[in-house]
Amino acid sequence: MINFHQVHKAYRVSGHDIPALRPTDLQIARGEVFGIIGHSGAGKSTLLRLINRLEEPSGGRIEIDGVDVTALDAAGLRRQRQQVGMIFQHFNLLASKTVADNVAMPLKLAGELSRTAIEQRVAALLARVGLQDHANKYPAQLSGGQKQRVGIARALATEPNILLCDEATSALDPQTTGQVLQLLAEINRELNLTIVLITHEMDVIRRVCDRVAVMDAGVIVEQGPVAEVFLHPQHATSKRFVQEAEHVDGDEQHDDFAHVPGRILRLTFQGEATYAPLLGTVARETGVDYSILAGRIDRIKDTPYGQLTLALTGGDIDAAIARFNAGDVHLEVLR
Amino acid sequence: MDALLTELLPNVDWTEIGYASLDTLSMLGFSMLFTVLLGLPLGVLLFLTGPRQMFEQKALYGIVSLLVNILRSVPFVILLIVMIPFTVIVAGTSLGVAGAIPPLVVGATPFFARLVETALREVDRGIIEATQAMGATTRQIIVNALLPEALPGIIAAITVTAITLVSYTAMSGLIGGGGLGDLAVRYGYQRYQPDVMLVTVVLLLVLVQILQTVGDKLVVHFSRK
Repeated sequence: MINFHQVHKAYRVSGHDIPALRPTDLQIARGEVFGIIGHSGAGKSTLLRLINRLEEPSGGRIEIDGVDVTALDAAGLRRQRQQVGMIFQHFNLLASKTVADNVAMPLKLAGELSRTAIEQRVAALLARVGLQDHANKYPAQLSGGQKQRVGIARALATEPNILLCDEATSALDPQTTGQVLQLLAEINRELNLTIVLITHEMDVIRRVCDRVAVMDAGVIVEQGPVAEVFLHPQHATSKRFVQEAEHVDGDEQHDDFAHVPGRILRLTFQGEATYAPLLGTVARETGVDYSILAGRIDRIKDTPYGQLTLALTGGDIDAAIARFNAGDVHLEVLR
Repeated sequence: MDALLTELLPNVDWTEIGYASLDTLSMLGFSMLFTVLLGLPLGVLLFLTGPRQMFEQKALYGIVSLLVNILRSVPFVILLIVMIPFTVIVAGTSLGVAGAIPPLVVGATPFFARLVETALREVDRGIIEATQAMGATTRQIIVNALLPEALPGIIAAITVTAITLVSYTAMSGLIGGGGLGDLAVRYGYQRYQPDVMLVTVVLLLVLVQILQTVGDKLVVHFSRK
């Protein structure tokens, strides 16, 4: 459990305080994948680095499992950091060390395990991320995806409770991004590891996160379960991120439908409702005709969802709307 | 062959050249050793206390930086002479191999420290951040991350410094420092024996070539790119 109480951070630049994070309260539950999305400069990177105090807060209190990490002395902070793994956009592996030595590094620094115990742990970690054949290579000989796997193995070496991901997939191509996200999801399930990730891509949030916070100008403007924020964004920033993920331009959409006759509705299905034959049933019962103007059927983490924009004509449209409202579906009447 | 050499280089005493070469090598070796021992920590100090670094200390950095710049701006010939009293205290003599080493070290250390500082600045800040995030102490960050990552740069710095030291050792011949430079001054210059001058210069050139080649090979080996 990570708890932020009125945490804020300002940087001092040539005599002026530039706020990076406004006073913020935040709770992240144990074992969840929590995403923070925002444009660059929104404060998400600062927020992430406050958790392991790579950034010192200007004020407020951060508790991890009841321990006030803002009050830790240097030695306490080092012990705490061994319980928090971190991976980076540019991997930050040591070019001078082999893959195995990179993964072993946090264990050697902690100095608690014997050499053989470290070797065994490293071998197991490399097998877990699928790099057992690359133990003696140097990072420069690996692809981006492989480097991030080394980063993940290294972050997990000290068996932490929390994994911080700093734009971990932003430097990777889409296919590799998918593989790395899948690996993160597996680790989250198997180890009950709390993952906090920051990104500027809604797609990353949609694929692995349980909950999301949207940041803008140092403030969390919206937060909640991913399905809630993704399907029904409230704040302008959230809406923009969702539109980016859907590859649609909000204004364009309305113009496109100007010439379409009839009532326009947007239906949002979640879970099993996505697979129910609702459209056909309602059309048959009320005699309306429908045409699908826009739509998407996909998954949010493990939950299927569908979002369809329909134009209804003919038949008993009000009865159809009432019938949709009674069903297991979220309805918005757009026109 | 021997006859030919004697004819072409009538004044060259090869035994003396041999001893002088050994003197040059031992001056180079010892002064390089002490330069690294003193210059590496000094370079690390300059790096850590420098602008926007882990332990930014404006005053300390300013003082050390000024000291380094002062030593670097004194011409080595002047340093050799000014340091004679100090050299006598440290080495017991201001002559020969032992007398040359203190001024060589004092001349080369500030130069080497600056090169080390630059090499450390080349290390990606992300590496330092990642090592901090592992819970490393400052000492561990320096020993386990910064120095290994900067190793190719430090080897290049040692190479450049060693070559600079070769020319410094030759200069120390001016005040009786021994070695090939001493030979070149006493025989080549003062007695006007150009063949001796030529041989010493060629030997110094060979030494510089070897140092540069070995240094470059080591840099490539440790670059892991």
